[in-house]
Amino acid sequence: MATISSNPVSGHPHHGHDHAHASYLQPKGGFAATVWDWMTTVDHKKIGVMYLFAILFMFFLGGVAALAVRMELFTPTVVTGGVATGQELAKFWGVDARDWAEGNNIYNRTMTLHGLIMVFLVIVPSVPASLGNFLIPLMIGAKDVAFPRLNLASWYVYLLGSMFAITAVIMGGVDTGWTFYTPYSTTTDAESMKVVWMVLGAFILGFSSIFTGLNFIVTIHKLRAPGMGWFDMPLFIWGMYGAAVIQVLATPVIGITLLLLIFERLFHIGIFDPRMGGDPVLFQHFFWFYSHPVVYVMILPGMAIMSELVAVGARKKVFGYRAVAFSSLAIAGISFIVWGHHLFTSQGEVSAVIFSALTFLVAIPSAVKVFNWISTYYRGSITLNTPSLYALAFLFLFSIGGLTGLFLGALATDLHLHDTYFIVAHFHYVMMGGTIIAFVGGIHFWWPKMFGKMYNENWAKVGWLLVFVGFNLTFFPQFIMGSQGMPRRYANYVEEFQIYHQLSTVGSWVLALGFVIHLLTFIHSLVAGPKADPNPHGALTLEWTHTSSPPIEHNFEHEPVVTHGPYDFDDVIPPQTRPGEFQLPKPNPNLKH
Amino acid sequence: MATIDLGKHGGGNGGLPGHDHHGADDLSRPYHERYHAAHHFEDREHEFDAVKMGVWLFLATEILLFSGMFCAYAIFRLMYPEAFVNGSHHLDWRWGLLNTVILLMSSYWVAAAVRHAQTNNQKWLQINVFLTFLAGLAFLIIKFVFEYAKKYKEGLLPGKFYSFGGDATAHEPLWWAIYWGATGIHASHVIVGMGLFVWVWLRSRRGHFGPGHYNAVEGVGLYWHIVDIVWIFLFPMLYLIH
Repeated sequence: MATISSNPVSGHPHHGHDHAHASYLQPKGGFAATVWDWMTTVDHKKIGVMYLFAILFMFFLGGVAALAVRMELFTPTVVTGGVATGQELAKFWGVDARDWAEGNNIYNRTMTLHGLIMVFLVIVPSVPASLGNFLIPLMIGAKDVAFPRLNLASWYVYLLGSMFAITAVIMGGVDTGWTFYTPYSTTTDAESMKVVWMVLGAFILGFSSIFTGLNFIVTIHKLRAPGMGWFDMPLFIWGMYGAAVIQVLATPVIGITLLLLIFERLFHIGIFDPRMGGDPVLFQHFFWFYSHPVVYVMILPGMAIMSELVAVGARKKVFGYRAVAFSSLAIAGISFIVWGHHLFTSQGEVSAVIFSALTFLVAIPSAVKVFNWISTYYRGSITLNTPSLYALAFLFLFSIGGLTGLFLGALATDLHLHDTYFIVAHFHYVMMGGTIIAFVGGIHFWWPKMFGKMYNENWAKVGWLLVFVGFNLTFFPQFIMGSQGMPRRYANYVEEFQIYHQLSTVGSWVLALGFVIHLLTFIHSLVAGPKADPNPHGALTLEWTHTSSPPIEHNFEHEPVVTHGPYDFDDVIPPQTRPGEFQLPKPNPNLKH
Repeated sequence: MATIDLGKHGGGNGGLPGHDHHGADDLSRPYHERYHAAHHFEDREHEFDAVKMGVWLFLATEILLFSGMFCAYAIFRLMYPEAFVNGSHHLDWRWGLLNTVILLMSSYWVAAAVRHAQTNNQKWLQINVFLTFLAGLAFLIIKFVFEYAKKYKEGLLPGKFYSFGGDATAHEPLWWAIYWGATGIHASHVIVGMGLFVWVWLRSRRGHFGPGHYNAVEGVGLYWHIVDIVWIFLFPMLYLIH
C-alpha cells in the first residue's frame, strides 16, 4: 500500500486546489450552487453549522411554548378575563377557549409541545450534533468524521423526524407529555393519528442520534492525529465520547419501545394494556431505560464544553485530567443502572431501595468533575469573558440542580416531592442550567472559530446577566412551591402559590430578553463583527493552534502532529495569537534546564 | 464515496483519478485494485478498520433493539406461563428448524463470500452472495406462506385482531403479540438484508471487490450474521420451550 503518497500531508500540496485552502464558508459559485453545495455537503463543519441553526430555531419554538405555559400560569385559573393567554392560544389552535376543559386541553398540548421539542429536537442533539460535529475532527486533527455521508444522513433524518413531530403539532398537537406514558398515550385522541405521528417522529430522531454517536465513537478511536494518545485528547472529546456511547447503546431501546407503542395504538396488541394482560409499568421501565441514560447524553456534552471553558478561562491545566476523563465514562456506565428512580411510586419497594442506592452513585463522578473545575480555577489567571461567565454560571446552577437531585433520589423525600414543581425545577436546573448554559457558553467560545467574526463582548455580557438572573428567577421559586406541594402539569392552582408562579413568569420574560440580546449580538457579529484571529482565546487545542478562523475546507494545511498536551499553558506559548497578547509561560520550577 | 473523492483529488494529476504512484490509476486494472480510501483516511486498511468498527457498533444497537422484545417475552412468560405454552403449541417446530438450517447455511455462504473476496475468486464471490440472497428469500417464503398465512387464517393474531375459534387460555393474544412482534421485526431485517445483498451482488459483478477492497461484503456479511444469531435465539424461545 502506498502509505506515503496517499498520506494527506504529502499528497495535497501537489494539487493546487484553491477551494481546499479557502475558508469552508466561501460560497461555491452563485446562490443556487451554494445552496446545493450546503445541502449535499459531507463536510462535518457545514453539517455542524446547519445543525446549529436548526437546533436554535427549534429552541426558539420550544421557548415560545414555554413562555405561553408561563403566561397561562400567571393567574390561578385556566382562562381569565384579564389575561387571555388561553384564549390567544385557543385562537391559534382554532378552538373555543371559553370552555374550561378546552382551556386545560390547550395548556396540556402547549406544555407537551414545549417538552417534546426541547428534549427530542433541542437538548439531545444540541451539543453533539452542532458543536460536536464541528469540533471533534478539528480537535483531534482529523480531516472529517469517520463516515461523512452517514453524518449527512443523520442531518436529513433529523429533518424528517422534526417534520413528523411538526405534522403532529399542525394536526392539533398531542397532550401526552413528552414521556408518552401508557395507557394514556394509547387511548387519548383515539380517532386521530397525531400521537402516532409524534411517536414516529421521536423514533426517527433516534436514528439520527445513533448515526451521530456511532460516527463519533469511530472517529475518536480511529482518526486521532499522530502524537495524540487517549490522554492527550482535550476533555471535550472525552465528554463527547461518553455521550456517544450512551447514544449508541440506549437509543435502540427507545426504538423498540416506541415501535411497540405504535403497534399498541394501531393494532391494539395489548403489551401495555392491562385489560389484555399487558403491563403499563413495563412501558415506563422501557422508556426510562433509554430516557434516563439520555439525560446524560444531554449533560455530558455540557460537561465536555465546561472543561474547555474552565481550562482556557483560567489559563491552567485542568486539575486531575484523568479523573475528569474517567468520570465521563463512569457517568455513562452508571447511567444505565439507575432508570428505576423514575418509578419509585410504581414499582416494588425492594427494587425502589436498590435503585435509590444506585442513584446516589451518579453524584460521585458528577461531583468529581465540579470539584476539579473549581480546583482548576484556583490560582488561575482568569479571564472574565462571556464564555468564562457561562462556565461560572454552569458551576453554580449545575451544583444546585445536582444537589436537589439527591433529594429526589432519596426514597422518603421523593414520595413527598414526586410530581411536584420541585422536580420541574430540578431538571430545569440540570438540563437548562447545565446543558443549555454550557451550550450557549460554548457557542460564544467557538463562535470566532466557526464564523471567523468576533461578537460584541459587552452586549454578550448583558445577555449573560439577564439569562443568569432570569433563569434563577424562573426556576428557584419552583423549588419552593414544589416543596410546598404544587403539583406539576396543571393549568390551575390554589391562590397560595400565585406569588411563586408570578415570580417564575416574570423570570421567563427576563430569560427571553437575555436570549433575544444574544441573538441580536450574534446577528450583529455576522454582519458587522471584526475579523477573528485564528486563536483569540490563546488556547492550545488543535482547532485554535493549527488552522485559521474559520477553518479551511480540508481543516488543516498539513496534518497536525501533537507535541504538547491540550492544557499545557505553563510550558507552551499559544501559537497563532497576536504577539504579546498572552503572557509568556512562567518558568516551571519542576523543569531542570 | 470513491467516485466523489476520485474527482476531488484528480485535478492535479492531469485528470487521472487519485495520486497513487504505484500505477494504481491504470484504468485497465480492476476497481478494487484502483480503489482509494476516502480522503480523511490514511489508506485502505485504515478505512477498512473504521468501517468494521462502525458496523460492529451498529450490531450492538441491533442487539439492544431486539433485547426489548426478549425482555417483554421473559416478563410475560413469567406472568402467564400457560398462555405461552399453549400459544407455542400452535407453532410447527419443523418449519422453524428448516428456517434455522437455511439461515445457518446462508451465514456460511456469506462468510465464504468474504473469503473469496480476500482471495480474489470473483466467480465464487458472486455465487456465494447470490446463494445468501436466495437463502433469505427461502426463509421469507417459509415464514410468510407456510406460517404467517396459516396463523392469519386461523385468527391467531395479536391483541384486538385475535379471533381464534378453538380452545385458548386467557392472555393468549399477548403471546401472539410477542410472536408477531419479534418475528415480524426479524423478518423486516431479513428483507433489508436481501436488499443489501442485491446491492453487493451488482457491485461484485462489476468487479468492485477484491483483496484490496471488500468493505461492503464484510459489513453486510456481519449484519447478516446478527440476523442469523437473533433467529437462533428466537427459534428455541418461540418454538421449542413448552
